[in-house]
Amino acid sequence: MIKKVLLGNEAIVRGALAAGVDFVSGYPGCPSAEIGEEFGKLSKENGVYAEWSVNEKVALEAAIGASFSGLKSLVNMKSFGINVCSDSLFPLAYTGTKAPMVIFVGDDPSCHSSAQSEQDSRGYAYLSHIPFLDPSSPQECYDFTKLGFEISEKFNVPVIIRSTTRVAHQRAPVIFDVPGKRDFKRGDFVKNPHQFCTMPPRVLEMKKELLEKIKKISDYAEKSKINKVVGGNKSSKIGIIASGISYFYVMEALEELGLDLPVLKLGFFYPLPKQKIKKFIVPLKKVIVVEEMQHYIKKEIKTIAKDIDSKVEIFGKNVLSEVGELSVENVILALAKVLNLKIKIKTKTPSVSVPKRYPKLCDGCPYWNILPVIKRVAPEGTVFGGDIGCNMMAGLPPHNIQDYLFSMGASMGISHGVSRATGKKVISLIGDGTFFHSGIPGLVNAVYNRSNPLIIVLDNRITAMTGHQQNPGMGKTVMGQNVEQIKIEEIATACGVKHVKVLDPKNMKDLEDTIKDFMQKDEVSVIVCRHICALLERRLKSNPDLGEFYINPQVI
Amino acid sequence: MDNFNIILTGVGGQGIITLVSILDEACFVQGYDVKSSELHGLSQRGGSVIIHIRFGKKVNSPLISRGKADLIIGLELVEALRDIDFSGPKTALLVNDYSMGFQGYPEKQEILVALNKAVRGGMHLVPAAEICKKELDKDVVAGVYLLGYAVKNNLIPLKKESFLKSLETVIPQKYLDLNIKALNLAFKS
Repeated sequence: MIKKVLLGNEAIVRGALAAGVDFVSGYPGCPSAEIGEEFGKLSKENGVYAEWSVNEKVALEAAIGASFSGLKSLVNMKSFGINVCSDSLFPLAYTGTKAPMVIFVGDDPSCHSSAQSEQDSRGYAYLSHIPFLDPSSPQECYDFTKLGFEISEKFNVPVIIRSTTRVAHQRAPVIFDVPGKRDFKRGDFVKNPHQFCTMPPRVLEMKKELLEKIKKISDYAEKSKINKVVGGNKSSKIGIIASGISYFYVMEALEELGLDLPVLKLGFFYPLPKQKIKKFIVPLKKVIVVEEMQHYIKKEIKTIAKDIDSKVEIFGKNVLSEVGELSVENVILALAKVLNLKIKIKTKTPSVSVPKRYPKLCDGCPYWNILPVIKRVAPEGTVFGGDIGCNMMAGLPPHNIQDYLFSMGASMGISHGVSRATGKKVISLIGDGTFFHSGIPGLVNAVYNRSNPLIIVLDNRITAMTGHQQNPGMGKTVMGQNVEQIKIEEIATACGVKHVKVLDPKNMKDLEDTIKDFMQKDEVSVIVCRHICALLERRLKSNPDLGEFYINPQVI
Repeated sequence: MDNFNIILTGVGGQGIITLVSILDEACFVQGYDVKSSELHGLSQRGGSVIIHIRFGKKVNSPLISRGKADLIIGLELVEALRDIDFSGPKTALLVNDYSMGFQGYPEKQEILVALNKAVRGGMHLVPAAEICKKELDKDVVAGVYLLGYAVKNNLIPLKKESFLKSLETVIPQKYLDLNIKALNLAFKS
């Protein structure tokens, strides 16, 4: 056992290593990317296969293949990744796992680094019937990951660990085991279509089996120490139920207010320990449920209270916002309302107004050469499609050329729809990582259904926004292996695009002429603007050793 | 001692994540419980960054409440002002005399008056970037210089030795000497 300061995400990695993980797949996002990156670095020494998959659905499917072949797997992704992989997640709950699997999902309340929506991924527990754990600290990230593998092994189900930005990017001392060096493990696929094929009518049998399993896991959750009561005494009439990071805000708020109230900390979000909850609320007159975003737990508590005819008053949504992350102050104010305390939190406004500092493209970023040219050349009134990644900056000053922004790869479909609906030429931007992730089906669709957007792929040779992760376009894997570079222009051509050009955007005249030319085409056209990310270029210059991980010399 | 609360603020790209790792490790070396909260991704692309660090006997929340910071370290002037509502009656403010302008950026004098007013005169304005550039030819270690300044002027209950040990753990060998020099530089002036 050693004790060290770790980031929540590093603790997840340590937990998986201690559990003996063999196979790691994922797609980088914020706040989860450090998990896959760390495995890339530790892979050889620890005999763990690691990959950045092309998207989260493929990442999950890769892990399913590994699990069916007897390897312990970990899948890592940010909140929206679970939407992408959900199509295979639900059947996985039915088939169950062979070797244990833990799925890590990083939510981002307050959307610090997330476009698209403030997603509470806990809802997937209900949809999929997959056990769901919610850690509060780096230590719990470690402990819950190990526990997740244990539960998965015991019940042959995948286990989801959901973390949030304030947990994943929290640093704190963690006590952990460091397993010795080992070799890569080879799996063995033993045929078992009875378990692995979800064909009807077997699929309904599988559903029954899953619900049976969940009953057993509920009993397990009742006994689990990660659902525990802290503080308070027998005469307490007011109690708090909290999970995830909210637990620490509650403990801090109680300390600041000098209160000793019983707190039920829930490590399990699904299945909930209903008996333990019943026992907790029976003596109480009031219970405050402190959770971020959706008030899922509060609803459950309401049902449980009704079941036992309890008159307990339940507070949640009425004292805490469903929008944005919580804080100690939010919890103090909520407690003050419920307990009728008079508390005022003073705020200090600076005597000078402080204007917003927008994120911006880095100095030397090749996009500085692309966005102004597009803006200058595009005819008045041109509609601009935007997508996820560094090219989102197109929507911020001084560029302001982004008329819609949705999910990974969505620009392709929406731009097709706008182009079809209006008959006008749309300019649609997408990055290299996002193109591979989910841009390709939309491109095929646009060609097949004969719309005519001009698609500009901003290829900076890496998945940059999330902190430089390898992707299929750069000829490197997360483990540092040189592989075939998959060329975006060849994919576009294979999808039937007739007008394809690759250029270096530092040559702004070339870009300008090409845009002007392609704007006249009545079919889909694709420009690949290829120039290495400026940050990566500087990092490689100051530290050439990084080339081993980031650049295949055959490619650039 | 009560938990000690530090707000670290600046602009994405100023090396703030390294700085929080150094601080956390120094607290850990000195035997404290420590928790910090940082932001990655979009905010790191030249946007405003705020980091919370708390240490003491036992830390619950990784986030500091408004008005409860003991020390605010600002790596950039307007960013220090942006997060000034974390200051309370006893807060020390340590600011790098350094601006990264953008459209609508306030006048420097206005910022300084507002900062000083907010902390009732408890401001330490230090040209850390300029000093590091002049003495070490690298302003990227300005944050480490400020940590040294904070120790020397008793703005933080941590020892210089703890920071030296922390640097050895956190900083890659290649840049270790530069960082140690930056820390030492603060003790010379």
